[in-house]
Amino acid sequence: MNQQNRPKEAWGSRLGVILAVMGSAVGLGNFLRFPGLAAQYEGGAFMIPYFISLLILGLPLAWVEWSLGRYGGSHGYNSTPGIYRAVWKNPIAPYCGVLAIIIPVMIYMFYVYIEGWCLAYSLRYLFGQMNLGDKPQVYENFFNNFVGMNKDGAAILSPGGWPLGSAVLFTAACFVINFVLIYRGLAKGIEWFCRWAMPLLIICAIVILIRVLTLGAPIEGHPEQNLTNGLGYMWNLDVTKEAFWVSLCNPQMWLEAAGQIFFSLSVGFGIVITYASYMKKDDDIALSSLTASAGNEFCEVALGGLIIVPAAFIFLGKEFFNKSHDAFSLGFKTLPNVFNQMPYGQAVGFLFFFLLFLAAVTSSLSMLQPAIALLEEGLGLRRKASVAILGFITAVGAALVVYFSKNLLALDTLNFWVGTFCIFVLATFQVILYGWVLGVDRGFEELDRGAEIRIPRFVKFIIKYVSPTYLLVIFGLWIRQQFFTASEDPEVLTWPQKIQQSSVVQITLGFIVVVIILFLLLIAQSVRRWRAAERAETEAAP
Amino acid sequence: MNTGGWIVMILAVGGVTGMLSWCIYKVVATPGSTEHLHSTADIESPDIEEDEKLD
Repeated sequence: MNQQNRPKEAWGSRLGVILAVMGSAVGLGNFLRFPGLAAQYEGGAFMIPYFISLLILGLPLAWVEWSLGRYGGSHGYNSTPGIYRAVWKNPIAPYCGVLAIIIPVMIYMFYVYIEGWCLAYSLRYLFGQMNLGDKPQVYENFFNNFVGMNKDGAAILSPGGWPLGSAVLFTAACFVINFVLIYRGLAKGIEWFCRWAMPLLIICAIVILIRVLTLGAPIEGHPEQNLTNGLGYMWNLDVTKEAFWVSLCNPQMWLEAAGQIFFSLSVGFGIVITYASYMKKDDDIALSSLTASAGNEFCEVALGGLIIVPAAFIFLGKEFFNKSHDAFSLGFKTLPNVFNQMPYGQAVGFLFFFLLFLAAVTSSLSMLQPAIALLEEGLGLRRKASVAILGFITAVGAALVVYFSKNLLALDTLNFWVGTFCIFVLATFQVILYGWVLGVDRGFEELDRGAEIRIPRFVKFIIKYVSPTYLLVIFGLWIRQQFFTASEDPEVLTWPQKIQQSSVVQITLGFIVVVIILFLLLIAQSVRRWRAAERAETEAAP
Repeated sequence: MNTGGWIVMILAVGGVTGMLSWCIYKVVATPGSTEHLHSTADIESPDIEEDEKLD
């Protein structure tokens, strides 16, 4: 159909496209992980490695994944092992795809647990059960009991009050919600959900932002705990201070900034590459990818960056930040205390956790499709059978995470080895595959076909030389820091020490290995099917 | 909040807002955007179509 004959598109449809593209990338990392990292690393100083990573890793790697996926799809493959096989004519190529399958599947196993926390917190606010008093310790104790932080199995065996105090119940509810939506199919399930969830999510975030930006200095006797100083804590950049240069020279900050970009944009996850394989030959991938990244960055920097840290500063003061706070601590222990002190805090609390829940569901839904694609290609199963098998595998993993809840060690182990280590390895593999195996010129031909925007040609140089070098350097520094550098704090163990000393870490790592072997066997079966199909095609040819 | 903080905040928030605004403009200005632009949320895979036929 030419453009003149094409029916005029409704504004609602175009807005739907924008929201769906944005919604696909927004998740927990935007509203929890990013502010936590920025506050940890001197605010403004963190923005330097963060935006460098966005420009030389995030955006180029997103284009790489979309291009590789559509290239593989045009050769008849939807699973990552098949896509790699189409790009790299080497017998080991499909087996490298195992990472792109296990990363989203195993991240889902703990992500759904956190999703359950968000749903539970939002409902507790809705029913007025989060007003626990003024003492910070109360909120910390509640969270610790809720997730079973003190003892393995505590979340299952002794939930903190039925039904709203049971993390297991909400995790199971989220598990069912996800699988019902996935079972109904991509278009019917995910698109339907995103169509109403995304606008709601952005409205919630803007309402909370307005509330925070109009707080002024609400604590009597503490005029210094005001909005301007709160924003300053998040964003200040002072090159005359030694702390700024100490932060900037800290390799850990550069690693965390790159990791945040990967996690946030879902780059190196194996998700985008699978979805891109379903696209038509002449569909746009350049603008689609950029719009998803831009929407994600807007939610992360403009919304996430202006809400949590300023609010915590205003109500809890600068002293609060003297102690390091991870994303969970900031989100589930600190913020409930902040909301309790804030005017209309119960309503804001409900909106905030409901927003996190929506963001999490839009992300987790997309995590299952890569494995579904492999089960269908490898075993020739129908979608519903594939969903059932995947449901069993992820239920076992989620049960492991929920049971070994003491200090969230199983979750932490999966997050480190799968959610960080494997993502770095996969991102590096994919950028080398695109720049050096497929060839950056052929890759750009794929990217340019049907593109609504022209990607600047210098991006070729970045993908071929800068991104792999940057990735390998920070990966090397990270390995050295994680494995060979002892912490100054004797209580902080390196990973080799954790593996030696903790049976939970050993069990979790064993589980990761079992899942890897399982999917390697499925890939081997897929390769047999592909070879048989190719032989049949050759014999049938005249 | 110091001058550096204001500059970083305005550049960061303005930068991402500008990037998103430009993308929205391109989507709105692109004829047939609803057919050509895609996200991971709106692609119907062939397996669903096959399942629907079999059902």
